[in-house]
Amino acid sequence: MTRLLEVENLTLQFDTDEGRITAVDDVSFSLDAGKVLGLVGESGSGKSVTAKALMKLNAGNAIYGPKSKITLHLDGGPVDVMSLTTAAEMQVVRGGAISMIFQEPMASFAPAITIGDQMVEQLLIHTDMSAKQARELSIEMLNRVGISDASKRFRQYAFELSGGMRQRAMIAMALSTKPKLLIADEPTTALDVTIQAQVIDLMKDLVADFGMGIIFITHDLGVIAQTADHVAVMYLGRLVEQGPVREVIRTPAHPYTQGLLAALPHLDDLDAPLVPVPGDIPSPLERPSGCVFHTRCSKAIAGRCQREVPQFTRVNEGHKVACHLYTSEEVQA
Amino acid sequence: MSEAKPLITTRNLSVHYPLRGSLFGPKPVVQAVENVSIDIIKGSFFGLVGESGSGKTTLGRALLRAAPITKGKVVYDDGEVRYDLPEIEGRELKDYRSRAQLIFQDPYAALSPRMTVRDIIAEPLEVMGLTKNRTETDERVREIAAKCRLNLEHLRRFPHAFSGGQRQRISIARALVSSPRFVVADESVAALDVSIQADVLNLLKSIQQEMGLTFLFISHDLSVVAHICDHVAVMYLGRLVETAPTRTLFSTPRHPYTRALLSAIPSLDPDDRGRAQKLEGEIPSPTNPPPGCKFQSRCPFAVDICRKQEPELEHAGDGHEVSCHRWKELMENEPLMAG
Ligand SMILES: Nc1ncnc2c1ncn2[C@@H]1O[C@H](COP(=O)(O)OP(=O)(O)OP(=O)(O)O)[C@@H](O)[C@H]1O
Ligand SMILES: Nc1ncnc2c1ncn2[C@@H]1O[C@H](COP(=O)(O)OP(=O)(O)O)[C@@H](O)[C@H]1O
Ligand code: SF4
Ligand code: SF4
Ligand SMILES: [Mg+2]
Ligand SMILES: [Mg+2]
Repeated sequence: MTRLLEVENLTLQFDTDEGRITAVDDVSFSLDAGKVLGLVGESGSGKSVTAKALMKLNAGNAIYGPKSKITLHLDGGPVDVMSLTTAAEMQVVRGGAISMIFQEPMASFAPAITIGDQMVEQLLIHTDMSAKQARELSIEMLNRVGISDASKRFRQYAFELSGGMRQRAMIAMALSTKPKLLIADEPTTALDVTIQAQVIDLMKDLVADFGMGIIFITHDLGVIAQTADHVAVMYLGRLVEQGPVREVIRTPAHPYTQGLLAALPHLDDLDAPLVPVPGDIPSPLERPSGCVFHTRCSKAIAGRCQREVPQFTRVNEGHKVACHLYTSEEVQA
Repeated sequence: MSEAKPLITTRNLSVHYPLRGSLFGPKPVVQAVENVSIDIIKGSFFGLVGESGSGKTTLGRALLRAAPITKGKVVYDDGEVRYDLPEIEGRELKDYRSRAQLIFQDPYAALSPRMTVRDIIAEPLEVMGLTKNRTETDERVREIAAKCRLNLEHLRRFPHAFSGGQRQRISIARALVSSPRFVVADESVAALDVSIQADVLNLLKSIQQEMGLTFLFISHDLSVVAHICDHVAVMYLGRLVETAPTRTLFSTPRHPYTRALLSAIPSLDPDDRGRAQKLEGEIPSPTNPPPGCKFQSRCPFAVDICRKQEPELEHAGDGHEVSCHRWKELMENEPLMAG
């Protein structure tokens, strides 16, 4: 397996009117080429902000922690994303090596330009293709994502397409630069289950065909179970559990992951009660001390969890959890 | 369910919207809801599912007299009053509006930012003139707020200070303050995280039982519907394609569309990948529906008759109805469905 991405000690704060908030706190993970990493967590847990950090796309009020390190392994050697500053340097990651799909496909298409012109323009900026080549590739990509009548769609505007088709067109555009890393931020949340199933299939085919790595952000554990190889669970800006998808979903170790699964309606047991995680996610302005989950954890160890930040502990091959209930062998995150 | 009497009965209910179109010939319309016949049993949780644009919201709004009823019969009978919904107006309509309420889809958009939570919840009482004075209003607001687990401190604040789950509880309290008998919940948990969703669903269920309410629960999420509803109706392009008690629908779905919908739900079992029965294409535009069965353009079992004649709703068992020319044949050939 070739390593594609390494994120080490990523910390990200925002300066706001109400004070400085911590959106991402000392997060580390990695991704190999051809693999899908599922990033899950409640809204506000920091998933999108983490994803945008990989392309340095966060707003101007973002402050990166000094130890934050993001390394992208490209054909020409490793790229230190944090050190990229000029627009020219950023071109490597924005639209070239990394592509991003957003939850609301309308947001990524300009309303007054046809789908086709937009795809071609993007290719002309990021590659050294001729206009003719760019046009051919764009139509081929639209075909590839299952849009029938691609040469007709090519001349249409985003608002003329249905939601599912727009989502596909956006995937086609994101993939046409042949990125090494695709970040998909809730790409199916707004879609019907039938269309969602089509998009999931499409993404799986694409990993197989292009060998890219995908970071798949969603709050739907069913979607994760169907797409991801590895899962990382995020809560209030911290990763609390990481591991292979089967293990994390079948034998979740962290009380928060267990809580997410207990809250979910299971189709194979309609009588099972839905058990919510007690309480609400705290505001990022009032981050709890110690384990960030201690205010909602039914297993919290009195005197310890509200004081000590838990480090990652290995529970199994590749499966680790940050919780004081598992303190035997601490490992490096 | 002790009394199996319907609170709402519809027969061939249609809602058509006019389309801008040609000057000559018949005026074109969108058949947003077409020929829908359902019984919503008193005290039940009735689920409505289907893809976006299938007509769920429009049907819900028609039952609230908030969408135009073009054709058909709709009767509301709660034991106290009996209304032919397409006919009522004036005082009767006003009375019906206090008996039938909507919980909004989006708790973020629905709440006015400049009103306190107390005023938001009290507004329906004041608009409908259901209470005699402020003391009585306050009493009703406090009572319903407590049922929705909102305390006095919450009532004094503004909605922006609340989380998604709390805002949804405010919307629920507002919908229930006029003591309605019938509540339409349109995608009430769609925007919520799973944990908050579980909390809101539990709350809805307990309030429904405590207050003896009847719910029309509209949702994209079939697993949520499976958990909370007693009975489910599946819509496609404005038509009712199948309806059955929840367990029956999930264990023995008969309509090819229902089967495809169920198999598209992402399984929580990572080893279950790729088993979904794929449904190609998308729901056709309602301005240009295909002839015959509306599902024929995507149905793997479509034959000649499907392209010519629209199937009618047929009895398929206890409380189970299905609208497909081939449902019996397909049932006898179960392996065919899996293939
Ligand atoms: N006021 C209106 N005028 C014209 N067409 C309308 C109107 N309201 C709804 N429609 C059309 O009727 C059809 C059914 O819409 P409806 O909103 O009921 O669907 P839905 O099942 O609730 O979809 P969703 O799951 O996206 O909420 C759609 O084609 C819609 O565009
Ligand atoms: N530009 C910004 N300024 C201030 N706070 C922000 C900004 N962007 C994101 N945040 C905050 O960072 C936290 C994480 O947000 P986000 O990554 O969008 O969550 P998720 O994608 O997991 O729902 C939230 O508390 C959010 O309000
Ligand atoms: S560290 Fe303590 S509070 Fe945090 S999840 Fe583990 S037991 Fe709960
Ligand atoms: S009537 Fe024909 S096209 Fe329609 S669902 Fe049945 S088999 Fe399919
Ligand atoms: Mg997000
Ligand atoms: Mg709707």
